[in-house]
Amino acid sequence: MRTVSAAESAPTTYPWAVHAQELRVKAGRHLAVDGLDLALDTGVHGLLGPNGAGKTTLMRALATVIRPAGGRLTMLGETVDGRADLRRLRRGLGYLPQQFGFYPRFTVREFVEYMAWLKEMPKAEIPGAVQRSIDRVGLAAKAGARMKTLSGGMLRRAGIAQAIVNDPAVLLLDEPTVGLDPEQRLDFRELLRDIGVDSCVLVSTHLVEDVVAACSDVIVMNEGGLVHQGAVDTLIAQGGEGDAGDSPAERGYSALLRRHRSAVAR
Amino acid sequence: MSTHPSRAMLARYADREAVLDEVTMWSVETHLEGCADCRSHVPAGDNQALLDRIAAGLDQGIAAGPAPARRRRSQAVRNRWLVWHLVPWLTMTVAVLGCAVLLQALDPRVPLVLLLAPIAPLPGVAIAWSRRHDPAWELIAGTPKAGLTLLLRRTAGVLAVVVPALALASNRTGVSLALALLPCLAFSAATIGLGGFIGVHRAAVWLGSLWTLAVVVPSIATAHPPAVLQSGTSGFWALLTLILAGLAATRATNFRRLSSHN
Repeated sequence: MRTVSAAESAPTTYPWAVHAQELRVKAGRHLAVDGLDLALDTGVHGLLGPNGAGKTTLMRALATVIRPAGGRLTMLGETVDGRADLRRLRRGLGYLPQQFGFYPRFTVREFVEYMAWLKEMPKAEIPGAVQRSIDRVGLAAKAGARMKTLSGGMLRRAGIAQAIVNDPAVLLLDEPTVGLDPEQRLDFRELLRDIGVDSCVLVSTHLVEDVVAACSDVIVMNEGGLVHQGAVDTLIAQGGEGDAGDSPAERGYSALLRRHRSAVAR
Repeated sequence: MSTHPSRAMLARYADREAVLDEVTMWSVETHLEGCADCRSHVPAGDNQALLDRIAAGLDQGIAAGPAPARRRRSQAVRNRWLVWHLVPWLTMTVAVLGCAVLLQALDPRVPLVLLLAPIAPLPGVAIAWSRRHDPAWELIAGTPKAGLTLLLRRTAGVLAVVVPALALASNRTGVSLALALLPCLAFSAATIGLGGFIGVHRAAVWLGSLWTLAVVVPSIATAHPPAVLQSGTSGFWALLTLILAGLAATRATNFRRLSSHN
């Protein structure tokens, strides 16, 4: 019998998988996300921005790890605030944080199993779902290896496996390609495109080439605010020959940031 | 016209001594694969005896061989109750209780085991759901099981270590088991209940400090057991434990909601 993914079983009456209006989120005492408006639906969305732009803070708020300081955030039809009971929403989420913490004595399979249990997956479905997610990230040969023995790239893949084990309706990946070799990165882009067919995937990255290769649209943040959201072509169209960057998308990205900074300075 | 082989043919097929041409043998064999009725008519003969001998040999081999290896209990199942980052804290707690037993043996006027019993589980409970001490905290915090469910499981894991240690310590020092265990449970429940408002780690620090300053230090200084731990206060501690456990249960939703605590 085919298992029904969270994306399929989630209610479909909401207009957006993720909808932020005037969203403000603090990182410590600093307002890292300030007045962000964002609407995301099914597809793979790339999140770009320089260091300190607020990408990681935004991801943590979307993962319901920290509470927004203001504005309105709605995910899968549930308003995320201090009063929300987030259990139902969290069943439909997958999250890979930038600082990926793990228990070193666990094997890869045990770790993904533990996360599946925490995500309240039906007990009978866990073994099959764990094996599938480990296979999808290419770690089948290392399923019995302890986490502390894995390389950086393998750890990242184990992190992706736990994030996708519940077939999430909203998948949040913060710097997922760090430590992956070029071949693994190509496989990962393929995996993203596959998941993005029926899920909302938000990938925060520094690598413009990952966004061009795998994402249906791109979001650019700077200093806590939204600078640009649109198809990858619209990012490329921003750049010119004189802009910094090795590829048209990089030139578009640097041109966009340059124009935004000069507009703010004025 | 019947396509089934005759009984005589089946008997010759089963008889290893009988001569049967190769084509006939194959056709009978192919037919038997798909016909349960004919298979049941194949005489057992020597084959049955051979099968019986093999089965007996297998049974003997299994009985004489080593016992089957026990299936390794999954680390993940154990971790539903206790996580490895708690181990150093629990070791420290048990070591402190051991020292208290020794010191109380040297100076029986100060009931150190009783004084430490309420705060013995607090380091473990504080660490059980702590952003700073759990390496996978951020990963776990965004899951549906995060919050009170997980905290209660891990607290149960802490108590599974602390309670036997306290029972042993009270046995060695001759203090009342109820007076050692009930305050321990009451303070665990209080930490969880208060943790719903200010965070578990902070609640444990506050309660531990309060008890140390208000009860432990004066008792050691005066070498007198505190009034709250006199024999006859067990009923009070039992009632307090029940009330605090009830309070902790009413705070369940606080742990499922987003907060800046922990």
